[in-house]
Amino acid sequence: MTKNIDGISVNLVSRDKLDEFSSTEKLNFILKEVKKGKVLVLEQGLTPFEQTELIEHTMKEIKQDTFIGIEIEGYSEDKQTFIQKIFKIIKKPRMTVIGPADLLKTIRKDSNMIQTRIIPGTGAK
Amino acid sequence: MGLFGKTSFAAIMRRMFGKKHAKIGIYGPPNVGKTTLANRILRDWTGDIMGSVSEIPHETRIAKWKKDVKIENGNSSLFMDIVDTPGISTKVDYKEFMNIYGLNKDESKQRAKEATEGVIESIRWLEGIDGVLLVMDSTQDPFTQVNITILGNLEARNLPVLIAANKIDMEESSPATLKSAFPQHPVIPISALTGYNSENLYSTMIKQFSRKRKKKRRQ
Repeated sequence: MTKNIDGISVNLVSRDKLDEFSSTEKLNFILKEVKKGKVLVLEQGLTPFEQTELIEHTMKEIKQDTFIGIEIEGYSEDKQTFIQKIFKIIKKPRMTVIGPADLLKTIRKDSNMIQTRIIPGTGAK
Repeated sequence: MGLFGKTSFAAIMRRMFGKKHAKIGIYGPPNVGKTTLANRILRDWTGDIMGSVSEIPHETRIAKWKKDVKIENGNSSLFMDIVDTPGISTKVDYKEFMNIYGLNKDESKQRAKEATEGVIESIRWLEGIDGVLLVMDSTQDPFTQVNITILGNLEARNLPVLIAANKIDMEESSPATLKSAFPQHPVIPISALTGYNSENLYSTMIKQFSRKRKKKRRQ
């Protein structure tokens, strides 16, 4: 992974853009961007199955001196209401931030805020 | 021969309301005490151990399992195949093994490579298990993405989960934080190291993992 000395890209990816992708395309897109050193903020996060698949793909992509994995934080799906359960309406996962683990570090997370730090140059190791 | 032929009444009730044998995965992030807990369970019920433990993360890099471990509590019991899985993480940095734990470069790189394979193996085991003993470190922030991802995945699969809030022998532990973080799941504070509260854990395991649940298919 090459870090851009001019700065770090933080890209906000819209729900519409993510909806265009299949699950596999979405995960490929995320990993490709993160491996380039970009930080992504997804308007709509990943389902639990997509999250575990992303971890699995990430492990396969790790190159010890160039890509050590990802930092990911987000909010899980809202609880389904009774009506949504009856009509099997799947609630979408919420906002998620994903970046290269040597660059993005989570400082704090609670139910209202995810606080991260981007450490250009030296990384978060 | 009784009213139900060769099948005992108890067996029919079990078939209707629950099960007697379950494959249970011990899951969690690295270094929360999964193998220490697996060793505790096996030592208490079989006299055996599962594997070695270490303060260096990713000590367990290949899933290990023990079949037919019988856990009893009063009149109830459950046979379990217990799977001790490698810790799940989103990153593996070999430099951490060198700089923090003093391993040499070759050892660190080898450990990191095996750790990544271990994470993949852990995730794949999720397909074939009946329930999860999710181990969390009660001295740490419970809202990590790994904890949330594992829990979300288990909830989506409709698998029974029991959270073991480990390391309560440590002064800075806060099992109450874990309980309030995940109120939808049973949380049992334990010390896998000292065995504190393990009786409570075992009785809850029997209760939680005997339940018959309809597994959801992946969507």
